[in-house]
Amino acid sequence: MSDAAIPPGILIERESANRPNYLNWSHTVKDWLLTSDHKRIAILYLISITFMFGLGGIAAMAIRAELVLPHGHLMESETYNKVFTMHGVVMIFFFLVPSIPATLGNFVLPLMIGARDLAFPRLNLLSWYLYTIGGVISLGAMICGGVDAGWTFYTPYSSIYSNSNISVTLLGLFIAGFSSITTGINFIVTIHKMRAPGLTWMRLPLFVWAHYATSVIIVLGTPVVAVTLGLVLTERLLHIGIFDPAIGGDPILFQHMFWFYSHPAVYIMILPSMGIISEVVACFCRKRVFGYSFVCGSTLAIAGFGFMVWGHHMFITGQSVYTGMIFSALTFIVAVPSAIKVFNWTATIYKGEVVFSAPMIYALGFIGLFTIGGLTGLYCASLTVDVHINMTYFIVAHFHYVMVGGATLGYLAGLHFWWPKMTGRMYPEGWAKLSAGLVFVGFNLTFFPQFILGWLGMPRRYHYYPVEFQTWHVLSTAGATVLAVSYIIPIIYFIWSLKYGEKVGPNPWGAAGLEWTISSPPLPHNFDNLPTVTWEAYNYEVPHADEEVDHSGGIVGDEQPSH
Amino acid sequence: MSVEVAHEAHGHHPTLHHQFEDLEQQNDSYVVGMWTFLVTEIMFFGGLFLAYTVFRHSNPEVFADAGHKYLDWHKGSFNTVVLLSSSLSMALAVYSAQKANRGAQLLFLGITVLCSFIFLGVKYLEWSAEFREFHLPGPGFRYVTDAHIDTAKAQIFFCLYFAMTGLHALHVIIGILIMSVIGFMIVARKPCVQYYMPVEMTGLYWHFVDIVWIFLFPLFYLIPKNG
Ligand SMILES: [Cu+2]
Repeated sequence: MSDAAIPPGILIERESANRPNYLNWSHTVKDWLLTSDHKRIAILYLISITFMFGLGGIAAMAIRAELVLPHGHLMESETYNKVFTMHGVVMIFFFLVPSIPATLGNFVLPLMIGARDLAFPRLNLLSWYLYTIGGVISLGAMICGGVDAGWTFYTPYSSIYSNSNISVTLLGLFIAGFSSITTGINFIVTIHKMRAPGLTWMRLPLFVWAHYATSVIIVLGTPVVAVTLGLVLTERLLHIGIFDPAIGGDPILFQHMFWFYSHPAVYIMILPSMGIISEVVACFCRKRVFGYSFVCGSTLAIAGFGFMVWGHHMFITGQSVYTGMIFSALTFIVAVPSAIKVFNWTATIYKGEVVFSAPMIYALGFIGLFTIGGLTGLYCASLTVDVHINMTYFIVAHFHYVMVGGATLGYLAGLHFWWPKMTGRMYPEGWAKLSAGLVFVGFNLTFFPQFILGWLGMPRRYHYYPVEFQTWHVLSTAGATVLAVSYIIPIIYFIWSLKYGEKVGPNPWGAAGLEWTISSPPLPHNFDNLPTVTWEAYNYEVPHADEEVDHSGGIVGDEQPSH
Repeated sequence: MSVEVAHEAHGHHPTLHHQFEDLEQQNDSYVVGMWTFLVTEIMFFGGLFLAYTVFRHSNPEVFADAGHKYLDWHKGSFNTVVLLSSSLSMALAVYSAQKANRGAQLLFLGITVLCSFIFLGVKYLEWSAEFREFHLPGPGFRYVTDAHIDTAKAQIFFCLYFAMTGLHALHVIIGILIMSVIGFMIVARKPCVQYYMPVEMTGLYWHFVDIVWIFLFPLFYLIPKNG
């Protein structure tokens, strides 16, 4: 047989037992802060993103605590506005957008395609610095002064009716936008040019496809929001602004330009998560993802259609009814590729040998919650229904089902799935299953009542409400507490596992994919010899040996045994 | 250290980075990366072009009046010629880089930088004229005309004019900095510029900056009189 019959990972695993890996080849702070290794940058990002997630979470808990009583007992209205703005800005721009691409994508993508690094390692490091600088600037302004315009920064809230802290916050977001852009450019070039020999486009793992589509959205969308926020900034500083009605400008133009990015940004958050679900479902059902090419196609379709639906955020801004109808119809079309994905995951699970490990439980949670989030999206996309539910808690519940139930659960699934690869140690499975269950329960308890609240007419961004809504709000806050606990548990056991977790070999899950052929944690340069790929992604149905049992069988396997 | 071993193992060419297998892969990556970057630049300017389209569509008479009265198409045309010449010399610089002709490379890069400075100089004259006429948007904005023009709308025209030509000028300045750095590295015989890729990438960037001006010039200076 050809070279591929000797899986490269096995050789490396034997040789590399005592060789320094990417974590322990050096321990100086300088080597971490000036690293160009995609794996170390991923770890830096993981730490910063977890910090941001914590901050956004604290703001969320403050919101929920405030809403327990109908007449706002904890904070004044202005403080409340600042807190929900902080929650939105931190969670969207500093957690959800970079979460999966910059951590798991950064770590796993080059390993998956058999590359030694991303195409531009120093650009990758620059990305982390831009993220950090942008984060410090934005957060500094939001914590020290406070910004109350909401995460959407609608003019004239953000221009005429804001204090000058907002300029600093916008500057921070502008800078952080370029961290996103550099990551996007890096991924596009890497996927185009750094694939291992034989790794054709249709052999790529769906995680890579998802990141490709995400990067395209980042590259096309982020500059537009950067220039939009930049214009608000110059409007405030230099009086050059085109959104200010006082000088003949148009505030609605801001909404068009903002949502041109910020709707596709939803797909920047959810597509990488969908990629993770494809990997996890295939691995724990021991099957090839059903309809692989359809999942690829739906990924690209979502990215494409995602740019044509921004007007569904503006049904009540007085845009023409005909425009609204077209945007509504296009929004319905986006549901088709999303449904294809859900259908294909379900079909993959059907008759698979399902292993209910923690990543798989998270993935199952994702499928259920994303389906609810997606279907309620259709309510919001219907013109007449939207007039009723727009600006209510129904919208809040809908996008949290997609962003938290979808994107964040996918992120957690991926984090558990690749944790042994990243650290060389296994997390405690029992605790992980417990927290996966708690996330699901806590999440539904938090956000399902919000659907009902919204349907009954509870407006978002208000902290005074009629007494009859109180029961639902108390339920939601109780759920948020459970949710908070279910996020704190993994943070504790992940840190615990760094020292006490069971050591694992290259492939603890018996998963297919090039990243599982190399040692855990990987060597600094990933591969001693670059692999040549002759097989398709997820070739689980090819009989293969579990790596713990038999080292002679291919973990990844070769194409089809020809004998 | 294993990292160093790995670097040596396939570091045949002094300018080949460790993540690439060969120079061809590296060059291809640079080209794809540069084009992707230019796409982000197009989207960046695109937001401003969108705003221009919206406001010119709703106020054609204001744009025609302001453009004709206060922007000098002679200066604009001169600058267009200057920038187009700079693009030619940039192309020649890339050509001489590919031929590894150091002298010619430096000469043509120098001409390109010179053209850029002439462009910025003319731009400076134009902008300071606008400042003298109180056309800088803000509380001090004034607009004198005999036509029936809403001053606020005229202000929008100048907002767009300053924002778009300002962003373009910023790109010209960045271009000058990049070309100067590359020029000095060529003089100092740094290994990274022994190969033509840095100059070629700068060329792509420079042609993009040029093309943006090719759109800006007619949009601001050559608006039809009747709107
Ligand atoms: Cu949307």
